[in-house]
Amino acid sequence: MSSDPGPLIDVRDLARTFDVRRRVEGKRRRVRDEVHAVHDLTFSVAAGEMVGYIGPNGAGKSTTIKMLTGILVPTGGQVRVGGLDPSRERVQLARRIGVVFGQRSTLWWDLPLRDSFDLLQKMYRIPPARYRENLARFVELLDLGAQLDTPVRQLSLGQRMRGDITAALLHDPEVIYLDEPTIGLDVVSKGRLREFLRALNQERGTTLLLTTHDLQDIEALCDRVIVIDHGTSVYDGSLAGLHAQGGSSRTLVVDLVDEAAPIDVPGAQVRNVEGPRQWLSFPSDASAAPIVAAVASAYDVADLSIQEPDIEDVIRELYSRGA
Amino acid sequence: MVDLTHLRTYGQIAWLWIRAAWQYPTSFVLLAVGNGMITGLDFVGLWIMFAHLNDLEGFTLHEVALLYGSASLALAFADTAIGSVERIGTYIRTGRLDQMMTKPVPLLVQVCADQFTLRRLGRLTQASVVFGWACTYVDWTPLRVVVAVSMLVSGALVFFGLFVGFSCIQFWTTDATEFANAFTYGGATVTQYPLNIFPREVMVGLTFVIPVAFVNWYPCLYLLGRPDPFGNPEVLQFASPLAGVLTMAAALLVWRSGVRHYTSTGS
Repeated sequence: MSSDPGPLIDVRDLARTFDVRRRVEGKRRRVRDEVHAVHDLTFSVAAGEMVGYIGPNGAGKSTTIKMLTGILVPTGGQVRVGGLDPSRERVQLARRIGVVFGQRSTLWWDLPLRDSFDLLQKMYRIPPARYRENLARFVELLDLGAQLDTPVRQLSLGQRMRGDITAALLHDPEVIYLDEPTIGLDVVSKGRLREFLRALNQERGTTLLLTTHDLQDIEALCDRVIVIDHGTSVYDGSLAGLHAQGGSSRTLVVDLVDEAAPIDVPGAQVRNVEGPRQWLSFPSDASAAPIVAAVASAYDVADLSIQEPDIEDVIRELYSRGA
Repeated sequence: MVDLTHLRTYGQIAWLWIRAAWQYPTSFVLLAVGNGMITGLDFVGLWIMFAHLNDLEGFTLHEVALLYGSASLALAFADTAIGSVERIGTYIRTGRLDQMMTKPVPLLVQVCADQFTLRRLGRLTQASVVFGWACTYVDWTPLRVVVAVSMLVSGALVFFGLFVGFSCIQFWTTDATEFANAFTYGGATVTQYPLNIFPREVMVGLTFVIPVAFVNWYPCLYLLGRPDPFGNPEVLQFASPLAGVLTMAAALLVWRSGVRHYTSTGS
């Protein structure tokens, strides 16, 4: 640990340009185009923060993560992680970070989970006592005990993801980058994983940078959200603030016993009616309780459900309003 | 670069791959045997040729066997140790290279150890048998033993260098395995024959451009006590270690610039 209490991740005016060659009719040589995958990106993350890094596909999320891990060299600005320059000090930095690429496993397909972990101990030179302690703790928290001696190919998707997350954490990284960690998991597995990540952050102060399309991941884990679109940050703040700024709305889906005229309750507007089913939208920052109560007292309700706004919609809204 | 701890890590990764392959023992054995039979046919081809000829430009069967065995041994060793470097293009496309870059072990060590397989055990065995048989015809002196050992080590180094160097093309064009093979396996095939059956230009190319002549040709001339048919200076017969080190050094430079190109293009 350095004595300097500055931010763990410090990104300033970061830029990354790609040359893309494109064929143009009538020209023999391909034309070079510059694509600004990331530009004017500035943010910092303090040790112990849990940050959601979100944005539509192609917004520059993975380009940023690649620069933070040293896989890509920036074309402008600067980036420091734990005081290191990632692309120049990549191997040194690797000891201090953990990376989980959602859909790509680093585990040995044909061998028991334990073998992959043992190899990582050797690659990271984790002291044996520390390794045993960490492994025992993660196996307990993630409920992987029964799977340790099962070949990875026989594990479920959720078990494998938990295995991959354990693999990324055995060396006590200060910061962990998670790319879509809950993609494809069932509700129970998602919940368990989020619980684990929260516990990890509380117990060890591990900093977490999460990219996801799942708004509930963010809600469950992150106090702070950075939204990136077209290569630069369009929002940096709390999730509630994001909803307020994006003007997003939640949807109450009401199944009435009988067909009825559009429901009229204060605080919500009917957006759609299909037979006995009606869709009411209300602001994300408003409480659903009074609306639900009003609907239930005035109508015969067969069923109710609330749909959260899609993160993509929030961002699209945010961007189209030129925020 | 050559750090013993990295060598150990290499061994640990390789060991895991061997154990993974053992999960399917039948497939493992069949592949190794198949590989040995295919390479074995190589030598049978030479044998048949000699059934109709007494010699190849003055080289007898056991002399050609010495050339063949030593080159084949060096190639099999290099191929076993670092053959997976050929697959960089695939690693780039699948994102596996990115994963490796987040690990605290030099990329080249990880790439070479990845998917380590003893499938080439067949070739290694076959090459050892041929080489061993050919060795019984050599008139051994202490210096010849030294030259023979250094020939095998340097030969492997030359092939290491060629494998690594030519695989690096894939950092620029992600699929160029066939092109690289033309030089690595192609070079190895040419060295199975005495170089004096080829025109002089081939000998020059294999000495100064793709230095596979140092894998077996020059040191074997010394082992067999033959004057160089092209009249090249005798010092070349002792230059294999230098050629090995130079090839390897050049390859490491190419590798470094390849990785730099990759991290600066992300392709």
